[in-house]
Amino acid sequence: MALLDIKGVTRRFGDFTAVDDVSLSIEAGEFFTLLGPSGCGKTTLLRMIAGFDLPDAGRILLNGEDLADRPPEIRPVRTVFQSYALFPHMTVEGNIAFPLQMARLPAAERPARIRAVLEDVRLLGFEKRFPHELSGGQKQRVAIARALVSKPTMLLLDEPLAALDAKLREEVQIELINLQKEVGIAFVYVTHDQSEALALSHRIAVMSHGRVEQLDEPSRIYGFPRTRFVADFIGQCNLYSGPVIANAGGVVTLDVAGLGPVRVAAASSLAVGAAGTVALRPEKIRIAAGAPQDSPDNHYRGKVAALRYMGDVTVYNVDTPGGTRIEALLANSQSGRAKFFEIGDAVEMSWPVDAGHFLEE
Amino acid sequence: MPARRPARLAKWLVSGPPLLYLLVFFAAPTLIMVLASFRSPAEFGGLAPLVDETGRLDLNVDAYVRLFTEPVFFQVFVKSAWYATLTTTICLLLAYPLASLIARSGKKHRDLLLLLVILPFWSNFLIRIYAWMIILGPNAALAKLVNHVLAFFGAGPVPLLFSSFAVLVCLVYVSLPFMVLPLYANLEKHDQALLDAAQDLGANAWQRFWRITFPLSLPGVYAGAALVFIPALGIFAIPDILGGPDDTLIGNLIKQQFLETRDWPFGSVLSIMLTVAALALAGIAAWVGRRGSGASRA
Repeated sequence: MALLDIKGVTRRFGDFTAVDDVSLSIEAGEFFTLLGPSGCGKTTLLRMIAGFDLPDAGRILLNGEDLADRPPEIRPVRTVFQSYALFPHMTVEGNIAFPLQMARLPAAERPARIRAVLEDVRLLGFEKRFPHELSGGQKQRVAIARALVSKPTMLLLDEPLAALDAKLREEVQIELINLQKEVGIAFVYVTHDQSEALALSHRIAVMSHGRVEQLDEPSRIYGFPRTRFVADFIGQCNLYSGPVIANAGGVVTLDVAGLGPVRVAAASSLAVGAAGTVALRPEKIRIAAGAPQDSPDNHYRGKVAALRYMGDVTVYNVDTPGGTRIEALLANSQSGRAKFFEIGDAVEMSWPVDAGHFLEE
Repeated sequence: MPARRPARLAKWLVSGPPLLYLLVFFAAPTLIMVLASFRSPAEFGGLAPLVDETGRLDLNVDAYVRLFTEPVFFQVFVKSAWYATLTTTICLLLAYPLASLIARSGKKHRDLLLLLVILPFWSNFLIRIYAWMIILGPNAALAKLVNHVLAFFGAGPVPLLFSSFAVLVCLVYVSLPFMVLPLYANLEKHDQALLDAAQDLGANAWQRFWRITFPLSLPGVYAGAALVFIPALGIFAIPDILGGPDDTLIGNLIKQQFLETRDWPFGSVLSIMLTVAALALAGIAAWVGRRGSGASRA
């Protein structure tokens, strides 16, 4: 039995369906992420798990028990709010003691519990500070400590890194992974940041318009997106659509306007004439000045129309003679050279059949 | 630095007029009053000449001695403080739910409710007190109803008007907006996420109020309490118009000294004592408020 079972949950606000018949299960000890753009229903779903909102239809079961009749204060789940929501009139110690006081834990047992959780989040020595005396990262750790101290069965995190700057965010990501491993309880993490989701999660549910588009491990979400939306939302992706002109031997050939035939490995039963899409990651494309030595499955010419030098990599936007734009990425690994090509350079692009991912839509 | 001179001039042009106003109409009269408290009353009221016929400077502490030797004045002070405390407490109990209701209602209703709170200010203070004479009068429905109920239980009729009850009701009535407005200004800024967090961490409705909302609203409570308590301490019009013979407060006493007994030095002493008491209380409130809110600056 899964730790948390969400069964056919729907939530409407007037005419707007925020969460539309969502079913998913979260296992004990799992780092589970709800990923999607703003308005996709991820936060509404999290609030329903926490108890701040109730489903219009469907059920939420924790350890097999329906949570419908349990208000937030008696659910064994804790939330880390986006704004941290630390109590400004209490010290770090007071904030962390709060849930213990609410649970009527004997006063004698509190200091040890507070110490242990402060050790987990590496904040020993900050007991007497007030929230306004802490940095953003420290506040966030207090919020996590406060949520963990009463030993919940599940921790809900609502975009907890959104308020931190980029450098700090990377550090905190590693801390979160370690912390989750250490405390061993299920984390349900809500974010709109796909790189965060890929870096942290055991499994990701990609949501759009209130529905789960795909639920999978990060590498499968990235490598094998099931829909155009997932392919486009997770990382950069070239998407080429057109009618199927051949489907034989595990290779589908699409006729893409402005590009020509594109071959992709796929076990698909799609008939000739049906529409399909190839999703192709920029880093899977080979880009060179001269024609490739071997005879690749896909081979196109173009001119560099734009480029973005990112330091570690350079992203090239190449226009084909037919007017289709291909985004390709090249690691700047060669010493002494910043870029391989300049705007206006003629380049040759190629990729094998198994570089792309076929979508039946 | 020549560039700074126009800036300094502008500063004086802006802050000068209000400072001058306070100097002429507040600081100077206060000093005159302090001086008057050390002078002698004239035979038929007012003040005796500062320099008497013998050419001696006539300054004494007789009025202060009188204040501290006749216990009746101390009793009036205590009674005034008691009325003011009672008024403040009742106002707080009535205003808190009202202010939080306004703070939590939608934008449209909020403006209307605030308007209703300040609506009484649109008519004159004295007129509103006279209105209470009619509301509480012996022939009004309220007094008749109360006395009918009392008669049913075999108790004698009581007058509502010209009583401590009338004074207190009217004090609360005129003071209530001064408690509601600062409380509203405070409660309106509260972050719903804090209450959500408290609930998430296991706090029920009462615990959320007592541990989160109330402590965070203390600056508003102190501001409201000061705005209600200090004017209530010096009030004289309400006990004059609605009070009974026992409802002489410090404000009435001061008015009597100046307009009826015409003992200006003693009236000045009473005024000074009232001012000192109010300042002391405001000081204590500010100190407690700073201690309480030192941590609440988010």
